[in-house]
Amino acid sequence: MSLLPRSSRRPRASRRPRTAPILLVLAALTVMSVDAGTGADSPANRLRTVVGDVFGPVQSELSAATRPLTAVRDYVSGVSRLRTRNAALAARNAALQSSLETAGLRRHQRGELATMRTLSRNARLSLVPAAVVAVGPAQAFSRTVTIDVGSSDGVRPDMTVLNADGLVGRVVRAGRSNATVLLVVDANSVVGGRVGSSLELGFLTGDGNLSGDGRLTLTTLDRTARPRPGDTVVTWGSRNGRPYVAGVPVGRVETVQTSPREQSTVSTVRPFVDFTALDLVSVVVGRGSGRTAARAAGAGSR
Amino acid sequence: MTVLRTAVMAGLVVLAVNLQVGFFATFAVNGVVPDVVLLVVVAAALVRGPEYAAALGFVAGLALDLAPPADHTAGRWALSLVVAGYLAGLVRLDADRSAVAAVVTVAASAFVATSAFALTGIVLDDPGVSVARVLTVVPTAVLYDVAITPLVVPGVAWLLARLAPMTSRWASA
Repeated sequence: MSLLPRSSRRPRASRRPRTAPILLVLAALTVMSVDAGTGADSPANRLRTVVGDVFGPVQSELSAATRPLTAVRDYVSGVSRLRTRNAALAARNAALQSSLETAGLRRHQRGELATMRTLSRNARLSLVPAAVVAVGPAQAFSRTVTIDVGSSDGVRPDMTVLNADGLVGRVVRAGRSNATVLLVVDANSVVGGRVGSSLELGFLTGDGNLSGDGRLTLTTLDRTARPRPGDTVVTWGSRNGRPYVAGVPVGRVETVQTSPREQSTVSTVRPFVDFTALDLVSVVVGRGSGRTAARAAGAGSR
Repeated sequence: MTVLRTAVMAGLVVLAVNLQVGFFATFAVNGVVPDVVLLVVVAAALVRGPEYAAALGFVAGLALDLAPPADHTAGRWALSLVVAGYLAGLVRLDADRSAVAAVVTVAASAFVATSAFALTGIVLDDPGVSVARVLTVVPTAVLYDVAITPLVVPGVAWLLARLAPMTSRWASA
């Protein structure tokens, strides 16, 4: 290579001033330490709102424009999946039918009652519907999404986000026309939960799984309490319903592991929500009947 | 001309960020999407050299850090892309300008950038970053970036070459 005439340029190239990249690295490190050091009142959060207001409309437009493409992809991947799912569902249906005729009857009734109770309670929540327009990549090692409603719709940080299946997450940041939602499967997410059958309280921590069906880890406050597999876990609820309103279904207990040495029970909870296919969600902006509560939520923070 | 150049680059960064978190999110492989922003920075490195790529990497990385739905410590992508862009620019000075060299540069830069981001997460105690996850995410990201390179890099490189002032093009050659 050194015989090539072009190589004569190289020494000059390597003598280029290195100050610019070093300054940029230092600048990036400064931003990181300022943001990591100051926490909630970090100047970066104000910047995030500004940048979010610039990027939000673009994300919404782009998402609307690419929606047909998503439909094509869903169709292609859907056909083969539906075929295998049909077989599985037929088998499951038969099993459910037989269990329904025997001991399942009472459990079924209890489930119905629980759903109705949740529904009646949820009816008093005022919801703002939203669409998911952007998803944080796995390269960022976090599970966050952008939704297309923001502070102009009454959405504020620390509001509950749910969909028809159950709890999705909470709003961590709200711009004018968009908001960032931290999903409950993120490793940073902690939700207070209540186990359906025993009313035991516990904390649900996201496992941070980056692809698809994440699981939540349930640690009960009462260490002797032992949730049973199949138990439904609902949110425990926070003061004033922020960040989480009470009674939103979160998931079903999958496995229960007890470690006698640490005297604690750790259960895995499978969320009801399919986080890979998030589309329409709702933000709980307040309690009461619809519009009034939304206005109250908007006025309250002003 | 400078204003136009800045505006075009800003538009390119905004588009790349939104493609990465919006459009490609529906084509994610195990949650991993192609690093479109990184590809823009690498294309800049191939056309304009290390300093320009480092500066663009800083701005584009900061956009990726601050734009929703990002919720990590700001500056992590900025740092990763400054390093990756600068290294890609240095490699370009030593490598020939073939397509193969460009693809190898993309692969190396993707590896550097995603690993650097993961590394800062470990330093900052981000509970989402674990070694097992890094070992699956980084190779997937590298492969996906290489796969998407033909769709992104030539176009961006052409645009950057069009935008480059004649003087600087000859000065660096």
